[in-house]
Amino acid sequence: MEIKGKAVIFGDNIDTDVIIPSKCLTTLDPDELAKHAMEGLDPKFYEKARGGVIIVAGKNFGCGSSREHAPIALKHAGVRCVIARSFARIFYRNAINIGLPVVECPSILEKTNDGDELFVNLTEGVILNLTKNLKLQASKLPSFILEIIGAGGLVEHLKRRLKEHGKL
Amino acid sequence: MNISEKILARASGRREVSPGEIVEANVDMAMVNDITGPLAIETFHKIGVKNVWDDNKIVMVLDHQVPADSVKSAELHKIMRKFAKEQKISCFYDVGFGGVCHQVMVEKGHVRPGELIVGADSHTCTYGAMGAFGTGIGSTEMAAVFATGKIWLKVPETIKINVSGEFQNFVGAKDLILSIIGQLGADGAIYKVMEFDGQVIKNMNISERLTICNMAVEAGAKTGIINPDEKVMAYVKSRVEKPIEPLKSDEDAKYEKVIDLNVSVLEPQVACPSSVDNVKPVSEVEGTPVDQAFVGSCTNGRIEDLKMAAEIVKGKKVKSGVRFIVTPASHEIYLQALREGVLETLAEAGACICHPTCGACFGGHMGLLADGETCISSSNRNFTGRMGSPKAKIYLASPATVAASALKGEITDPRRL
Repeated sequence: MEIKGKAVIFGDNIDTDVIIPSKCLTTLDPDELAKHAMEGLDPKFYEKARGGVIIVAGKNFGCGSSREHAPIALKHAGVRCVIARSFARIFYRNAINIGLPVVECPSILEKTNDGDELFVNLTEGVILNLTKNLKLQASKLPSFILEIIGAGGLVEHLKRRLKEHGKL
Repeated sequence: MNISEKILARASGRREVSPGEIVEANVDMAMVNDITGPLAIETFHKIGVKNVWDDNKIVMVLDHQVPADSVKSAELHKIMRKFAKEQKISCFYDVGFGGVCHQVMVEKGHVRPGELIVGADSHTCTYGAMGAFGTGIGSTEMAAVFATGKIWLKVPETIKINVSGEFQNFVGAKDLILSIIGQLGADGAIYKVMEFDGQVIKNMNISERLTICNMAVEAGAKTGIINPDEKVMAYVKSRVEKPIEPLKSDEDAKYEKVIDLNVSVLEPQVACPSSVDNVKPVSEVEGTPVDQAFVGSCTNGRIEDLKMAAEIVKGKKVKSGVRFIVTPASHEIYLQALREGVLETLAEAGACICHPTCGACFGGHMGLLADGETCISSSNRNFTGRMGSPKAKIYLASPATVAASALKGEITDPRRL
């Protein structure tokens, strides 16, 4: 699985309340959520992300609440992948479950500038910074997680499994 | 094995598990609220399974936007009520019958020692106080649990935290957990379990233990947990009809690391804007003016918290210009506080008493902040925009520090009142 996009940089401990504020949680419409993605930190993020970007961040990305609205808002705003030094665990699972690829890479922040063109190979766990001509090693996702992302998320993955077992 | 490993081994039908292993576990209880529930329900329908795996193992609580603060919220509540009826889910707690989901789960006996509980809310880690393994998940994952009753989990490493010494007056569980998060950092226990032990923890009542485990997620932990003792068993037996099989850490259990702390010199602690690990002793921030003071939430909205606040404000008045908002964490607590005169004492001092809800804590309703305002809160998060405007500031502290600050209109050490 391969992903390409321009880097948008954020720092450490980016929490779910800035990814999508509580006041927006009464809607289940992904496109409506997308309009408010990251607005607490960057009111222009939605415009920036349209067309497809890769978020690059420091440690503990997505800390805070279990709201799945956070990765949904990012995905529908145009975020193709999040690369961070580390992730908060609920956000990490949520992102995979809705089909938003997440990759851990300890050196990503030091080696990337805003706007750099990135290429991610999820299967190999390799990131290429095409602007700087750098190759970075990222954590390799276990095969069952790649299967979930490949299916487009947990729902499709589960449907396949249930069908295989004659339960659907 | 330690208690977390034992619970995950039991839940996944294995004799033994060790950190790093991925297990498929059977869920004992699953909980959703009105923020995460509707999305889980929508996703459950997309999966296409007709019935939930076990209608007796699902708990649904309306708590975040109750009573409905907008038509949109009312629609979400309607989705929840309809689903509970269709799926014959009897553990459904509507407005007036429940309260904040984590308190309701414990009070109504849905949290039992030795069990694996998943909740579509990050503070599901609270249940560790009862010797259960509780962890937060998202809505899609919850939909899969509704359909199958199963979840994959990586067996986490455990950090053991031994706490000794004796608290000073007006210093307690909240100050301890804030101090621990300040030391570990917001990602200090990421993917791991925090197991709390030592004489200080053993001396704590159930409410104090719930406060401690509730905030484990603020250090990134998968859960916080305490080995169940006779206090937990007495509490649970009075509320649960099912047989209980508590599990405890072995003497030779393995830990990633062990941290020893002594609370004897601990001052009241305050987490400063806008990160829960930005923790300072109250003496460093005393005098900071506040516009609002809030006592409530799944962290500190229990009867002992309300009594502590009442003791501090009894016979006095909240500083003019300060809104003092008190939100009991559950209907049961609300009733007890009402009957014992606690609410009267608080209201006489000028507190605005709200019904049980997550409202102000998560910035939904019932006490939001405007640009440039400052709040001192007994809740669990002080992120930018958490309680309303992204230009407001939030300080986290114990109910005692919050109540003292409400009286003075500035951050105040409760020991100096």
